Amino acid sequence: MSANGKPSSYYGQPVIKEPVWTPEIPIYFFTGGLAGASAGLAQLAELRGNDELARRAWAAALAGVAASPLLLISDLGKPARFLNMLRMFKVTSPMSVGSWILSASGATTAVAAMRAWTGLFPRTGRAAGGAAAALGLPLSTYTAALIANTAVPVWHEARSTLPLVFASGAAASAGAVAVAATPERDAAPARRLALGAAVAELATVELMERRLGKLGEPYRQGAAGRLSKLGKALTLAGAAVVAARAGRSRAAAVTGGALLAAGGLAERFGIFRAGFQSAADPAYVVGPQRERLAGGEARGAARRHASASPA
Amino acid sequence: MKLETSAWPDSYGADAKPRVGFFTDTSVCIGCKACEVACKEWNRIPDSPKGFTGNSYDNTVDLGANTWRHVAFVEKRVPVDADGGASLVEAAERGGLVEEAGVNTYQEGDGLRWLMSSDVCKHCTHAACLEVCPTGALFRTEFGTVVVQEDVCNGCGYCVPACPFGVLDRREDDGRVWKCTLCYDRLKDDQEPACAQACPTNSIQFGELAELRARAEGRLAQLTAAGQADARLYLADSDDGIGGGGAFFLLLDDPEVYGLPPDPVDTTRDLGSIWAAAGAAALALGAGLAAAVLGGRG
Repeated sequence: MSANGKPSSYYGQPVIKEPVWTPEIPIYFFTGGLAGASAGLAQLAELRGNDELARRAWAAALAGVAASPLLLISDLGKPARFLNMLRMFKVTSPMSVGSWILSASGATTAVAAMRAWTGLFPRTGRAAGGAAAALGLPLSTYTAALIANTAVPVWHEARSTLPLVFASGAAASAGAVAVAATPERDAAPARRLALGAAVAELATVELMERRLGKLGEPYRQGAAGRLSKLGKALTLAGAAVVAARAGRSRAAAVTGGALLAAGGLAERFGIFRAGFQSAADPAYVVGPQRERLAGGEARGAARRHASASPA
Repeated sequence: MKLETSAWPDSYGADAKPRVGFFTDTSVCIGCKACEVACKEWNRIPDSPKGFTGNSYDNTVDLGANTWRHVAFVEKRVPVDADGGASLVEAAERGGLVEEAGVNTYQEGDGLRWLMSSDVCKHCTHAACLEVCPTGALFRTEFGTVVVQEDVCNGCGYCVPACPFGVLDRREDDGRVWKCTLCYDRLKDDQEPACAQACPTNSIQFGELAELRARAEGRLAQLTAAGQADARLYLADSDDGIGGGGAFFLLLDDPEVYGLPPDPVDTTRDLGSIWAAAGAAALALGAGLAAAVLGGRG
């Protein structure tokens, strides 16, 4: 500890590296979640006999899984080597697991969406729909596991709640897009989904920040804080419009859906930026480690005395 | 002492070599930066000008894609008296310097302690970079070290924030991630790494890890006996958060003073709970979707 109560540091320099990921990544968090939850929504709407909603949700899912690989490939340092992502399957790497989930989601969603819109391949399409809906669930949450599985303090320490934030955000986006794209009389399930998920998203973000305690600060400061505030405001406004008028007015459905989706996107950018901010400040990296040592939860990596075990 | 990693030596069978590493004894580092230069020369690393930092003699700044050895310079004002935690001999020596040579430039009654330390990739026993790498570009060599295969890396960047020491980074004009290889090419020719060979004070010691750890215990005992109460070994034990380092250190102050984390953890230690949380959230999403679609009218 230095005199001002902040943990000591080496000229204030970062201890860990900030991620090198570009803004394509938080956009992918959004498109991947939209695709995953939309596939589930579409499949369930089909079961319910609501084909109007199902077709539009399949289209949203297809748009999401089509955009996602392009975003991810463009983020790579060596885009031409994107196929190396499928060189192996590694359960210790959420990015490896996610690459396989996304690949399978893309293939099954494309077939299911084709059947929903053209009627081609009815049997294969139905099987693909079930698979796409099932794969959509982990597709929506593995990205939270991916960023939690780093040394970035505000992501790693939020590992128990971050997947819930991503799940509710995915559901809200899927509901929002379906509300905007579906005729009002067929969109009641989408409205329920959008509203319920918006409430869940606001609640889980709040829960995550509270459980982080002092480490929740980067989520409220600087660019991350502004993005998070914007996200919450857009989500609230969108939810209000959807609740009040989206059942009767096409314009309100489109506006409310767009606001909700934009809110989800801003929230993901906020979470993304907060990670960079916490990585850049050695106090957020060293502080929690010092607390673990002071609380006796860990022995730490330094030892002053002779080893107890024979060397 | 447990030196085994998840892939070494088992996956190499009869081809496994003894696990090697670095013991960096910072108590004899003189800050000459020969290690930085030798590393750059041997590995043909691009230059990495960072300008003039004003941070003592450190204009290298940090480890990264183009810096695989980094000498840190810590200037610390310490009280010049016998109560300052130093030995009587040291205190007298410093007191003498203050009076005769005017070393005491900061303020009356203070001296300056200058710590130098050559940092490097830790070649962790539980290496987060290697665990999270989706392509298998990062691998465990037959020497138990951690190396990036430059012909496989696609620059996904996952290892960069996964490393608890901030060692890896992406090379901007190249797109791939680069880091210390512990001179894998030299090891295969029975040569020691360039930095260790260049070090004039033997602050950087290369060798078989088991032997280095035993040697470090001896050095710690020697310094402690000589009154250097601040001496400590860093990453020398298999029960820390990374299972011990293939490269480990003798430090003279808290790790964070050198820019090192005091309790680094391999993030994949928590991966079970991370996957469980993601799985539970996926199920909750399924339940939420079902409730919204099937649970109401219309």
